[in-house]
Amino acid sequence: MAKDLEDGHEKLIEEVLAAYPKKAQKKRAKHLGTAGPIEEGETEIVSKCDTVKSNVKSVPGVMTIRGCAYAGSKGVVWGPVKDMVHISHGPVGCGHYSWSQRRNYYTGTTGIDSFVTFQFTTDFQEKDIVFGGDKKLEKTIDEINELFPLSKAISVQSECPIGLIGDDIEAVAKKKKKESGKTIVPVRCEGFRGVSQSLGHHIANDAVRDWVLENGTGADYEPGEYDVTIIGDYNIGGDAWSSRILLEEIGLNVVGSWSGDATLAEMENAPKAKLNLIHCYRSMNYICRHMEEKHGIPWMEYNFFGPSQIAASLRAIAAKFDKKIQDNAEAVIAKYQPLVDEILAKYKPRLEGKKVMLYVGGLRPRHVVTAYDDLGMEIVGTGYEFAHGDDYKRTGEYIKEGTLIYDDVTGYELEKFIETIRPDLVGSGIKEKYPTQKMGIPFRQMHSWDYSGPYHGYDGFAIFARDMDLAINNPVWGMYDAPWKKSA
Amino acid sequence: MPQSADKVLDHNKLFHEPEYKEMLKNKRAKYENAPSAPQVTEILDWTKSWEYREKNLAREALVINPAKACQPLGAVFAAAGFEGTMSFVHGSQGCVAYYRSHLSRHFKEPSSAVSSSMTEDAAVFGGLVNMVDGLANTYALYEPKMIAVSTTCMAEVIGDDLNSFIIQAKTKGSVPEDFDVPFAHTPAFVGSHIDGYDNMMKGILDHFWKNAERKETGSINIIPGFDGFAVGNIRELNRILGEMGVEYTVLSDVSDVYDTPSDGEFRMYSGGTKLEDTKAAINAKATISMQQYNTKKTMEMIEKTGQEVVNFHYPMGVQGTDEFLMKVSELSGKEVPESLTLERGRLVDAMADSQAYLHGKTYAIYGDPDFVYAMAKFVMETGGEPTHCLATNGGKEWKAQMEELLASSPFGANAQVWAGKDLWHLRSILATEPTDMLIGSSYGKYLERDLGIPLIRLTFPIFDRHHHHRFPTWGYQGGLTVLVKILDTVLDKLDTETGTLGETDISFDLTR
Repeated sequence: MAKDLEDGHEKLIEEVLAAYPKKAQKKRAKHLGTAGPIEEGETEIVSKCDTVKSNVKSVPGVMTIRGCAYAGSKGVVWGPVKDMVHISHGPVGCGHYSWSQRRNYYTGTTGIDSFVTFQFTTDFQEKDIVFGGDKKLEKTIDEINELFPLSKAISVQSECPIGLIGDDIEAVAKKKKKESGKTIVPVRCEGFRGVSQSLGHHIANDAVRDWVLENGTGADYEPGEYDVTIIGDYNIGGDAWSSRILLEEIGLNVVGSWSGDATLAEMENAPKAKLNLIHCYRSMNYICRHMEEKHGIPWMEYNFFGPSQIAASLRAIAAKFDKKIQDNAEAVIAKYQPLVDEILAKYKPRLEGKKVMLYVGGLRPRHVVTAYDDLGMEIVGTGYEFAHGDDYKRTGEYIKEGTLIYDDVTGYELEKFIETIRPDLVGSGIKEKYPTQKMGIPFRQMHSWDYSGPYHGYDGFAIFARDMDLAINNPVWGMYDAPWKKSA
Repeated sequence: MPQSADKVLDHNKLFHEPEYKEMLKNKRAKYENAPSAPQVTEILDWTKSWEYREKNLAREALVINPAKACQPLGAVFAAAGFEGTMSFVHGSQGCVAYYRSHLSRHFKEPSSAVSSSMTEDAAVFGGLVNMVDGLANTYALYEPKMIAVSTTCMAEVIGDDLNSFIIQAKTKGSVPEDFDVPFAHTPAFVGSHIDGYDNMMKGILDHFWKNAERKETGSINIIPGFDGFAVGNIRELNRILGEMGVEYTVLSDVSDVYDTPSDGEFRMYSGGTKLEDTKAAINAKATISMQQYNTKKTMEMIEKTGQEVVNFHYPMGVQGTDEFLMKVSELSGKEVPESLTLERGRLVDAMADSQAYLHGKTYAIYGDPDFVYAMAKFVMETGGEPTHCLATNGGKEWKAQMEELLASSPFGANAQVWAGKDLWHLRSILATEPTDMLIGSSYGKYLERDLGIPLIRLTFPIFDRHHHHRFPTWGYQGGLTVLVKILDTVLDKLDTETGTLGETDISFDLTR
């Protein structure tokens, strides 16, 4: 049990901090800790995690794993909206590096009515910096409308220079909207804003609020009492689909998918729904709160990782509707139980007792914990790239006391933690994958499911279990030491 | 319920099961407000027409799917090739995450770089504090031998002065006074990753050479340039020059950096050009650039030291390698050994054996300017026709050089050169004037899908195939790798076209 390690963790944290110059040491110390005991009277949580500091500027000169506001807006929230053209407005790089990398699956004819795997950019040159890029942006929008007549809308994703040189992209958007009648969304997600991707999510949500929900009518369908919207699922490897199928099986109509496999109309449909269901709380709670205030639509979080949480979430969602839906939910849970039993029978013996360290983005450091738990695996450390205090608070619902917690962990700290704890599996991103594997420790990319997925829902859990098994139990990990070298 | 523990269906199968197809059909019909199927077909057909091509090529502002990245990526790549060097990118932090991811996705290797993590306050007050604290942290945590500083567009727009910042950081004790902190300004809104490579390389050499007195030796410097096949190619260079017995220094040797072993240890720094060798490289007799467009400013600077400078375009194939070896021989006074002559003969032998399958084949080639030049040259050696040559980061000078090359061979007679165009332009061009094959990076797979033209992945980045970079494409041995890749594609295509049982399989031959 991880609690035994608490002293060890504190010593470990001290050791890790010792390498920093004083100023940075003081700052970083506030971001590292262990999940503490709950206070008397607290029942919703199993440990207290909101003791670490979060959502502040990264220390300069370290290998922070964080991204920027542009990554949060274009890369996460807006990019998957498939029938829109998203302009990376500014120099060529940002759009290039984020091109087709998040595996936001979608259906449609790419280049004709869907554009997710495209890179549209204004490719700023020096003269655009000097003279401003508004004219270029206008022309770009005209060219998009001419060359992609089935595109439904355009978003302008600002890169760093846009805000610095003072371009008026809102004015351009208004003008072009008037001329073309198309929704055009200016997004002020310059990379230097805020301290991580997180502000980009917020800005992207605000842009949805101001430029989409205000004027859209959505698809032409008969609204009903079972209409819901999936919010904060980017359909990585098809996650939103393996979630949607369950919601539909219990009798709900998913009228919109935000923003994985989304169309503009689906975003506009949301204010007609009866309930907003949010998976990634961090990236989209803002718009849920807005719709609650403005349109009176309640929202709730759910967790579709692993059978325990899927069942609990299906029940909690059904509880918001009538008996018919509640009965359906029980029937669906029962229907999938044999699959769950099969998966656990096959994979649990191979995975039981294995220790896992996580370091991911907005919801997974806590949401996947119980999926590992279902497989008999134990989380020994977890942390977020861009969480806020409320995320850490929520983390306590899932994380055992004594678990190592690290916020905005630096490459240096994470390597030291992994090296010392030597877990059986690390779940993090591409930048952490190869250093970890070099150490001989199995790894799964838990942003992108390592090109696998889906991991949501019952269908996804089968893949998740299989993937953890193939990562941990591959023969390669036994071959690191040459037989003629004595291992230390 | 399609899923079972016995046979776990991945996304590629799962979503083609009837339940999911039905679900997605309903979604489209009811909620997506999607265009009708005939509308989609109409526009799809239109995008492949000459009319669309003309509109597309007339674009002035919009860039779609460009085959280029921004300067700092090149700077990080160049700096990675020096011993114990940490890249410190001054500016907004998201950029560094992108460079690291991009390089890791191509090489399937760790990629280390730090950021000064500038935010709004730095936008207003400048990034000096970030530099002072940042250098101190980098130095303490990662124990580098050198910190190579480059910039993002943010730092450039606000006008941070790296030279002055580094001096001030040293004064404040961030790093010792004599610690090596070369730097380069690498605005993302000027040029592309190849210019970033050039600026960083120049920055590093300038740092080590600026007060040095040159005493000429017989050694030769070689600058490989930004090369996705660097691991295989630099090692192949080492082997070739070893065979010849030449004294040389590779400036920015990333071969070990992006190819560390799995033995239980993570090496943040591995191999790379030694700093003392970098310092001593001023004394070389000559510097050879393997990619002229990667090294323009660097070579200008080197020429001023009195060294002879020689520029190549990514030497590949028979003549490319011949020219390189003869130049090395001339500069070093060492003869090309019999062993390499035999290798040459083997490559020529392979080309002769397979020429029937290659003669007259047409190609579209895209990538960095030097790569496209080299590839077109090799294609013509095999009797192929480089019908479309495209470099998004190629300019007028490149276009003229390409046209000269193409005019030198009858196989270049029908070629068109597309400087500054992107991959959506290329789609129009290929839809109206198709070729047999497409050569470039992984991004070409969308063109392959849209147009049915097979893609041969021979340049950076290659994300969707593994380990290509471990095999050389330079030298005669590298030529064999390239030749086999092209041939495999030609023969696979032939098999597919003649492979339908009872329909097209009259020519489904066992021996080809």
